[in-house]
Amino acid sequence: MSGVAVSKDHEDSPRAQEDLVVLSGVNKHFGALHVLQDIDLTIGRGEVVVVIGPSGSGKSTLCRTINRLETIDAGSISIDGKPLPAEGRELARLRSDVGMVFQSFNLFAHKTVLENVMLGQIKVRGTEKKAAEAKARTLLERVGVAAQAEKYPAQLSGGQQQRVAIARALAMGPKVMLFDEPTSALDPEMINEVLEVMQQLAREGMTMVVVTHEMGFARSAADRVVFMADGRIVEQASPEEFFSNPRSDRAKDFLSKILHH
Amino acid sequence: MFDFLDSGQYDLLGAFWVTAQLALYSAIGSLIWGTALVAMRVSPVPLMRGFGTAYVNLVRNTPLTVVIVACSFGLNQTLQVTLGGDDFEQIGFRLAVLGLTAYTGTFVCEALRSGINTVPAGQAEAARALGMSFTQVLTLVILPQAFRAAITPLANVLIALTKNTTVAAAIGATEAALLMKEMIENEAQALFTVFGIFAFGFIVLTLPTGLFMGWAAKRLAVKR
Repeated sequence: MSGVAVSKDHEDSPRAQEDLVVLSGVNKHFGALHVLQDIDLTIGRGEVVVVIGPSGSGKSTLCRTINRLETIDAGSISIDGKPLPAEGRELARLRSDVGMVFQSFNLFAHKTVLENVMLGQIKVRGTEKKAAEAKARTLLERVGVAAQAEKYPAQLSGGQQQRVAIARALAMGPKVMLFDEPTSALDPEMINEVLEVMQQLAREGMTMVVVTHEMGFARSAADRVVFMADGRIVEQASPEEFFSNPRSDRAKDFLSKILHH
Repeated sequence: MFDFLDSGQYDLLGAFWVTAQLALYSAIGSLIWGTALVAMRVSPVPLMRGFGTAYVNLVRNTPLTVVIVACSFGLNQTLQVTLGGDDFEQIGFRLAVLGLTAYTGTFVCEALRSGINTVPAGQAEAARALGMSFTQVLTLVILPQAFRAAITPLANVLIALTKNTTVAAAIGATEAALLMKEMIENEAQALFTVFGIFAFGFIVLTLPTGLFMGWAAKRLAVKR
């Protein structure tokens, strides 16, 4: 494909190594803390990138900058060739193409599960109510919570809520999905049901950025592992290479702490 | 004991009807104005936030009597604002609704703001992440939950508003307190009966409000 003729709206374009999300020279401070330092990261279409690292390494912040829930101090971020707008309608439009799943689920507590998955479609996309409901039910079926459609979020388990949150994000037909520690707030026996949904998504070719502590998921689903520490990307490699043969001392230290005990 | 009421000289029901209307129109007005104010107070536009904060702090700290009298003397007698009213009574009523709305809106605003604080910040983030505009986040996600959480304090505000309508007597609205003043002057021998009648009348108006709002607060509570 020539550089000029990159078609913007081809949802079903083949999984080429086409850059979808590009961060270059991104810097951010929280007061005196330099939380992101010169981040350069390119994510290809259809690629699954898992970001790991110790607490406070900046990985969640990195994830949140991609749809500008966190602003950046310097550098640039572009999605599908378009630079991230600063605010307003343009930003809202871009965000609707970037699905986000949070650690704390953040389902709308006053809406049923079904309404949660329909709301964005109707109000942001302008989809007809019937079509939105059909799509919502299909997605709820796919993540395995169709039976809970009429319930309120508080009546669901954490694992179920998180799967609804994934369905809510998918309902927008996003180009890329961001997962900000999606299993960190879950009871251990519920982690797998969420990871299975994510693995299925990865197999289907969704572009994903996943911040997680689940090394098993990183091994099995990631195309690339990005290891962050102290606000920097310390190393990135394929999961096999990263887990069996980490190059940096920082990564070796981190892996030794989480893998052997 | 109540025989002075039989004279037909006092229109007790009529007076309380005006009180109820004052309370109702002002309640509707202040819920709308209070919602607009809280939208300003949480908006990302510094100018609107500044206006909202300044307005609330200025008006809620001004005595209601001053607000109402300012509406009458300032707006009506100086600036000739009549709000479309034809006679003195009608103009007084409309100005009273305006004054009560301007004043009570500040309390509605602050009750709603406490309601907004019960909504986890993550819900707004999730709504923004879906691509909603500020207005959509506010009206679809934040305010519906804030209203439900604020029903109990809003009940307080509405009860206070109902009783505050008595201040409108100062500018000639023909509501209950004006009639009470007249009865106290004419029926001094039955002073405590008169007090009792008016206290009872207000309880009839406000007690159901409180009970209904209490029921609604339980019924509509957002489960977390």
